[in-house]
Amino acid sequence: MVSLSTSLEQSAPRDGDPTVMPPVVPQGSVGVVSPEFIAFDEPLTLASGQVLPSYELAVETYGTLNADRSNAVLVCHALNASHHVAGISASNPKDIGWWDNMVGPGKAVDTNRFFVIGVNNIGSCFGSTGPASINPATGKPWGAAFPMLTVQDWVQAQARLADYFGIRKFAAVMGGSLGGMQALGWAISCPDRVDHCIVIASTPRLSAQNIAFNEVARRAILTDPDFHGGDYYAYDTVPRRGLSVARMLGHITYLSDDDMAAKFGRAQRAPAENGEYHYGYDVEFEVESYLRYQGEKFSSYFDANTYLLITRALDYFDPARHCDGDLAQALSDARAEFLVVSFTTDWRFPPSRSREIVSALLKSRAPVTYAEIDAPNGHDAFLQEDRRYHSVVQGYFDQIAARLALGERTMTNGVLA
Amino acid sequence: MTMGATIVNGQAIRPDLIRIASWVERGSRVLDLGCGDGTLLAYLRDNKGVDGAGVELDDDRVIASVRRGVRVIQQNLEEGLALFDDKQFDSVVLSQTLQSMHHTEHILREMARVARYGIVSFPNFGYWPHGLSILAGRMPVTGQMPYQWYDTPNIHLCTLKDFEDLATRLGLRITHLAAFNRQREVRFLAGWRSTLAVYRFESPGNTGHGA
Repeated sequence: MVSLSTSLEQSAPRDGDPTVMPPVVPQGSVGVVSPEFIAFDEPLTLASGQVLPSYELAVETYGTLNADRSNAVLVCHALNASHHVAGISASNPKDIGWWDNMVGPGKAVDTNRFFVIGVNNIGSCFGSTGPASINPATGKPWGAAFPMLTVQDWVQAQARLADYFGIRKFAAVMGGSLGGMQALGWAISCPDRVDHCIVIASTPRLSAQNIAFNEVARRAILTDPDFHGGDYYAYDTVPRRGLSVARMLGHITYLSDDDMAAKFGRAQRAPAENGEYHYGYDVEFEVESYLRYQGEKFSSYFDANTYLLITRALDYFDPARHCDGDLAQALSDARAEFLVVSFTTDWRFPPSRSREIVSALLKSRAPVTYAEIDAPNGHDAFLQEDRRYHSVVQGYFDQIAARLALGERTMTNGVLA
Repeated sequence: MTMGATIVNGQAIRPDLIRIASWVERGSRVLDLGCGDGTLLAYLRDNKGVDGAGVELDDDRVIASVRRGVRVIQQNLEEGLALFDDKQFDSVVLSQTLQSMHHTEHILREMARVARYGIVSFPNFGYWPHGLSILAGRMPVTGQMPYQWYDTPNIHLCTLKDFEDLATRLGLRITHLAAFNRQREVRFLAGWRSTLAVYRFESPGNTGHGA
């Protein structure tokens, strides 16, 4: 670990308190970061027909936008992530960006050459306008009245963010899982504004099984007595139990069977004497303890209405819907080059779903590269530090840099260092 | 591989790949099955303006192809070419891979389906020293087939005549043959004297001229 004192001094102003030590910034980190909040007053007409009169987006950026604004990369987040893609949060030094292993100086997405934007989507709960925000019409939290959202709505809001930065065309739009759907949405609805579209561990549409899992998660929240029809803010409570169960369920789908077997097996948490069972419903196995902990942690910071909203947006995503299910036709106007990546043990969005995207792209004659990474971590692999995965993404971004004359890589940090 | 290489634009290119490239039309669409590190496709892109795509299973080779800016689809060829449409390409190349595939006929039929022209190269089992080796009681181990019988990936070895028979049976019309021994092209008694054969065929159902 090497501290980069320059980036630290620049980005972590302190109030003259000598007792507060700045966090140590590891090599390859973008350093200490703070979000900006950008307000949009032009109403946003949503796919549902509803209108969001105004909204604010929480945004983090890393690297420098070049003079001709050609080096911008938009990173789209999945269900439970945010604009905090990389670096160390200024407000909480323990809060490291969710894709910090991917984005930074000398990392696969090299912020020495690319200007990277992380944006929290509307409807989320990390700073952008969402159900917990105040509805200007009532002066109270939106709650259940917050409009339903789709991936397409997010793309529309992100396009306005691009306008705000004066970015006509992104060098790349990238994301994993739900983030990959947004990248795909960009390539379809803003074909002239995306040079490269990077779709990782994603799917062209949810399967019945995917929707079923989402529905069970939503039922857990909706039937929690503390949900109060979505207006729990007024009762000064949150549907903690329902949200916790929803998260536990979701978490199972992010891991592979092998991964869970390796991590937990049938290990007992605190066996009775002689390794005996307790013969009860308290935590008996390690895996239960882990899931309960994940659920409880999640329910302490995530908004239940946001969980409902985003799982529904996942369900609704289906770009081929208006083309009789013909994804190739839906993609026929896309102008981007594509990188599609899947992971062999991902059973939430398995390789077969990514191959559907690849097949449609090939049919529509779009340039596409596809990597199928034999990683053990299930759906979560897209956040992990697999060398092959990172080599593919890094190699691809280095090619983008070459094509756009953004210069050579001067250092390699992170997974491939 | 022991074949000598030509240096083009700083890249080392084997003579069989140069020959394959000579059969590919400028600006056409090419699918390279088992594209390795993307050498052939990068060469075709840089020298013939070819719009190419590769298929490769090996992680490191996929990564090498990506680093060259070659478009590659990571997939096992034994699973067929279901990702690709009928006649999606002008030419499809299967370079030094046929002999190690389980489903030999299937991949040739698939090649004929996805492209108008197919190009196949394989080590020539009919190379005369192989015969000597067998007469001496040993399986042949030579430059083009450097494996012992127990660790070879080559499960479907054939001679030039054997391949031509199969091509005929599958309705593939052979338009070109080039044969090599190390870095040299062999024109005389190629069936005996060459270690590597490269065929170009026209897929069934084409009405165009094949030459």
